[in-house]
Amino acid sequence: MKKQIQKRIIKDKLFKIVIILLSFLSTFPLFFILFYLIKNGVFSLNFEFLINLPKPVGEKGGGIANAIVGTFILIIISSFLSIPIGICVGIYLSENKDKNLSKVINYFVDILQGIPSIVLGIIAYLWIVRPMRHFSALSGGVALAIMMLPVIIKSTEETLNLIPQSLKEAAFSLGAPYYKTILSIVLPAGISGITTGILISISRIAGETAPLLFTAFGNPYMNLNIFKPIESLPHLIYNYAKSPYPEWHQKAWAASFILILIVFTLNFISKLVVKRWKVRF
Amino acid sequence: MIEGKLKELQDKIIEMAFLVQSMIEKSIKGLMEKDKNLLLEVIEKEEKKVNDMEIEIDDMVTKFIALYHPEATYLRTSLMILKINNDLERMGDEAVNISESALFLIERPPVKPLIDIPRMAEITIQMLKDSITSFIEGKPELAKEVCIRDDIVDSLRDQIHRELLTYMMQDPSTIERAFHLIRIARSLERIADLSTNLCEDVIFIVKGKVIKHHKEDI
Amino acid sequence: MESEILRIENLNAYYFENHVLKDINLKIPKNKVTAIMGPSGCGKTTLIRCINRLHELSPGARVIGKVFLHNENIYEMEAMMVRKKIGMVFQKPNPFPTMSIYDNVLSGYHLNGIKLSKSEKDRIVEETLRKVGLWDEVKDSLHRKGTFLSGGQQQRLCIARAIALSPEILLMDEPTSALDPISAAKIEELILNLKENYTVVIVTHNLQQAARISDYTAFLFMGELVEFDKTEKIFTVPSDPRTENYLLGKFG
Repeated sequence: MKKQIQKRIIKDKLFKIVIILLSFLSTFPLFFILFYLIKNGVFSLNFEFLINLPKPVGEKGGGIANAIVGTFILIIISSFLSIPIGICVGIYLSENKDKNLSKVINYFVDILQGIPSIVLGIIAYLWIVRPMRHFSALSGGVALAIMMLPVIIKSTEETLNLIPQSLKEAAFSLGAPYYKTILSIVLPAGISGITTGILISISRIAGETAPLLFTAFGNPYMNLNIFKPIESLPHLIYNYAKSPYPEWHQKAWAASFILILIVFTLNFISKLVVKRWKVRF
Repeated sequence: MIEGKLKELQDKIIEMAFLVQSMIEKSIKGLMEKDKNLLLEVIEKEEKKVNDMEIEIDDMVTKFIALYHPEATYLRTSLMILKINNDLERMGDEAVNISESALFLIERPPVKPLIDIPRMAEITIQMLKDSITSFIEGKPELAKEVCIRDDIVDSLRDQIHRELLTYMMQDPSTIERAFHLIRIARSLERIADLSTNLCEDVIFIVKGKVIKHHKEDI
Repeated sequence: MESEILRIENLNAYYFENHVLKDINLKIPKNKVTAIMGPSGCGKTTLIRCINRLHELSPGARVIGKVFLHNENIYEMEAMMVRKKIGMVFQKPNPFPTMSIYDNVLSGYHLNGIKLSKSEKDRIVEETLRKVGLWDEVKDSLHRKGTFLSGGQQQRLCIARAIALSPEILLMDEPTSALDPISAAKIEELILNLKENYTVVIVTHNLQQAARISDYTAFLFMGELVEFDKTEKIFTVPSDPRTENYLLGKFG
């Protein structure tokens, strides 16, 4: 009998060790990436790097200002397009769980989530670049917006599902109309979950390159016009990385570091948001 | 909520107790002062009042227990109020008996000067007053002390019996009047007994102890 | 009988094919506390949800019959109007979590788009919180979120929110069953005070509570109104054997 118990205790300990080990292993890739980024990128970082425009090969200096600004502009465009639609669809799905239309929408959202990003880029090319006859930030924003939609829709729907029915009933029993109930009571109660969903989808598209290849296209100059092509960080990194010039490789590392910084910041903000705005029922 | 309702009950039973007390006082006063109107008042007005109050209090206690589910002291209080209600009504009946006999006696010459009956009445009425006080103020010691006085009343009744017996044997014409005098003495003794019941109930309310049937334990 | 404020006539309610309320005829007296009791599933919650027209918002819900407030059929009025005159307090306290205590009390006005001056708002908040006995406890933290209060305080806040609109009738669906005994006792005291200005209809599965605080009691069983009378009569001499069995604890 004692031997049996001994065996079980050992198995238990083994199990726990394996789990801890595997958890550690899963963090290795992240540490590797950070290590290389910092090792290779940090030294090229200086103020001019962030402010200047890229210079042609051979010339000293140059920066990635247009890419940083471009990334932000693309984020703004795609958010502007995807957030209102995403939240509204999320509200509809949460409020009408057993309607057939909801089931259909859910199905389509799942499919959308699985479409490769390059295909979305091609679609934006067909919808916007072709008719406009040139590349533009707008088309890039559209492609990214389509990528953001499923995440925003799902997180909105799931957040709103967690809100207890009694809250809505309390509002109705005060004589509130339906739209007021959703806007004044339900949405504010779910704001932390919805915002988290938005921030997650943004940090996802901030690093996307493929959909921008035939849409935003890239631009060596600073551009604030959404109807013209625009540079973005991931696109610039791609170009510099595949070039044969070592200085450009350096710059690619540095730009990657900046990009990771942006993504980390967004993640950090989303954690703060959850902490500060989380609503208890 | 519940305290308020219980207080209503207590106030009502105290009201009834004072009413009964005044009935007894009036019947004795009517006898001593040969006041026919006083005695008729007891028989015709006050008895009805007491009977109505008994029904009302029974109803109030039933509703109190049904609606408020009293426990512990409140439960004992409400149950004892039911019993006190009963005993007070009986005392009222005895007061009526006294008044009826008094009515007979005041129209006729006395058998003997009334000494013992007023004495008995005084002690009995004091016993009732003190038992009401012990209920109002929740004083079990006072209640205990009242129970002891019952013996005095008992022996007074026996004394009256013996005395009247001799009168009756000497002179048969006194028999009818003596009979009523004995009836009054018996009623007073019954009232004293019922007062000790009241006291036992008060002790139960305050201490949760039952002291009936074994007075030695007091 | 006292003057009636609500008259329910031949009310039948359904959830899909379930016939949940069968031909209910009931007169609710004004400024009294009426308790609705019965075993689980007897339809008591459905009944009050028909009174403030919340029932019809549930999937598959159907209502046939009339409910007269004074002499107007509430089913011929605007549902939102009805709900302003007939307030409701729920079993689990549910103050709006994103609003402060101050805003929670005024939420009825906000949700109905009624604008108030600052002084009016202050007045309503203080008056209402005083009525529910919360003013002294929260007057220094009116701008904290409502969810930081204890369960009993939250429930009182919900009651304040409901009465801030000065409804004529206050419906309460087991308002104390999620609370500890002390908070529950405080809410019962509050209900007794409220009946001075409002008519209260309270659903409860707690017999003792119905006995303690209500003036009239309705006994519902399997969707039917079995008996309706003064509480002191129902609890001492019920007319229907089903009522008696329920009181004796023989079912549900």
